[in-house]
Amino acid sequence: MKNTVISVKNLVKKFGSFTANDNLNFEVYEGEIFGFLGANGAGKTTALRILSGLSSPTSGEVIVAGYNAKKDPEKIKKNIGYMCQKFSLYNDLNIRENIMLYGGIYGMSKSLIEKRTEDLLEKLNFQEYGDRMISDLPLGLKQKLAFSVAVFHEPKIVFLDEPTGGVDPVTRRQFWEMIYETADRGITVFVTTHYMDEAEYCDRISIMSDGKIVALDTPAELKRQYNAESVEEVFVKIARPVNNQPHPPAPSSGGEVKTTYD
Amino acid sequence: MTDYIMKRFLGFVKKEFLHIFRDFRTLIILFGIPTAQILIFGFVVSTDIRDARVAILDLSKDEVTQKISDKICSSGFFRRAGDLENYDDIDRVMKKGKVKAVVVFGTNFGHNLISQNKATVSIIADGSEPNTATLITNYMTAIITDFSREFAGSSLSSNLLVQPEVRMFYNPEMKGHFMFVPGVITLILTLICALMTSVTITKEKEFGTMEVLLVSPLKPLQIILGKVTPYFLLSFINVIFILLLSFFVFDLPVKGSLVLLLAESMLYILMSLSFGILISAVSKTIQQAIFISFLGLMLPTILLSGFIFPIENMPEAYNWVSAVFPPRYFIVIIKSIMIKGTSFLYVWKETLILTIMTTLFIGLSVKNFKVRLQ
Repeated sequence: MKNTVISVKNLVKKFGSFTANDNLNFEVYEGEIFGFLGANGAGKTTALRILSGLSSPTSGEVIVAGYNAKKDPEKIKKNIGYMCQKFSLYNDLNIRENIMLYGGIYGMSKSLIEKRTEDLLEKLNFQEYGDRMISDLPLGLKQKLAFSVAVFHEPKIVFLDEPTGGVDPVTRRQFWEMIYETADRGITVFVTTHYMDEAEYCDRISIMSDGKIVALDTPAELKRQYNAESVEEVFVKIARPVNNQPHPPAPSSGGEVKTTYD
Repeated sequence: MTDYIMKRFLGFVKKEFLHIFRDFRTLIILFGIPTAQILIFGFVVSTDIRDARVAILDLSKDEVTQKISDKICSSGFFRRAGDLENYDDIDRVMKKGKVKAVVVFGTNFGHNLISQNKATVSIIADGSEPNTATLITNYMTAIITDFSREFAGSSLSSNLLVQPEVRMFYNPEMKGHFMFVPGVITLILTLICALMTSVTITKEKEFGTMEVLLVSPLKPLQIILGKVTPYFLLSFINVIFILLLSFFVFDLPVKGSLVLLLAESMLYILMSLSFGILISAVSKTIQQAIFISFLGLMLPTILLSGFIFPIENMPEAYNWVSAVFPPRYFIVIIKSIMIKGTSFLYVWKETLILTIMTTLFIGLSVKNFKVRLQ
């Protein structure tokens, strides 16, 4: 039996008359890498904001790391890490200062921050460069560092919003190795991405379209269901339905999002 | 628990200081500009006059008036820009800005001087440039007194007197003299507090770091306070710095209460900071923030506050527009305390207006600051 760290029931988020999230239902388990896919404007970002305590749901129940997103967003914030599309470290601070800042914000003690910083620099093979300004680092390393900072305080869940945008394939691969390592430590990884090959690396993926989750399963199972070679093909079939099919054949219409992972 | 929150907050403030001290341009704005402005306004604006254009309205046209006119115009300080026919011409040439001053000899000047031992010459200067006007009238008075002495000596009657009578057009009380120190303080506080605060907050928004901060356990209020605290401290240091500079370089002491002056400065700093926060709440990009700060606060400070152009000289409509902008009141306050040495009793009205404005801006920023980043 897996522990549920994110539980979303009947989540609805409306902006005026526009429904950004239309009755979402899903669960994410501890230590899982959960891919959150969808075309631009499908409602991914809105859902991500609600999950990370930045935005409040219009209705429905959202439990993240044991706390209700509507009542206790502040408690959720203490238990998650976050890395956004835009680069999230300060260019005019050096590596150690950036880590010290974020560690301090999450209430870590100075000695713990210092110890973990050395561990991290060693892991990245970057011991001598701790005093380098972020602006002097190559993009790939910046992204890896941003990810390391996002999980520096050992959160229960880390949210990655298109973390590998603009990064070269080699770095992307290294980046995903870091993600795996993090998941192995028991930290749940919730990742949105545009790269379909990355979606293949996830334990489970959900695909959003027009504010709804239209598919949710392991990549292998989805490929089987949609008779596709790759997740990309699945995505294209779902997000841009051909032959006027509103949605491609799904295992069960409407409630398919309840598909569980075993 | 509170200890841990405080530590978290101080760590955040420290980071903001690092941003400031690592950015060369920020440092220039913080310390270079105040120094440069004080020195420029102090030294360059009012040192010497040369070939200042004057017009002469001579209603007597006798030997004496001719001699005085020649003496003035051959001194090297003044150049005769024209002769006027009647009093109406004075206003006309002054308004056009063609002349800096007009010398007026009444009718029967020479006759009066000889028969009554006394005649009056009027010097009318353009008071909208207070420094120049003062210099012009001082120089002219000296020349006329000199003439008076020579003339008395030659005519053997020692009590002959040509009496110069100075009048200022547009700015009769010479308000605006030594205005530059209060003006520069106001300008600098506006620049640092409103402009730089709005830029530094908008920068976090634009670079995406604000999102990470908002997702963190830091509360929005802590983020904002953490960002503005360094600017609050640095602006305050700047006020003291400017006062010291004006004291040691220009011998311009604070006549009134220093404590009152610093307290009023703090009020104005608060006002500007809350205005800066308000700007950052409504702007999406740094350019936008800069643009709004300039239009909303910098230009009014320079043009409408009475810093350079006395409010008394403004058309009525501008006067009303100026009343909406806070710098005007702060300049009045600081000028009264510094130059006239007045007490709080004389500036309470302006203080009240600034307090109301500050409260209004804080209220609006709190309301407007989009906690949820929508």
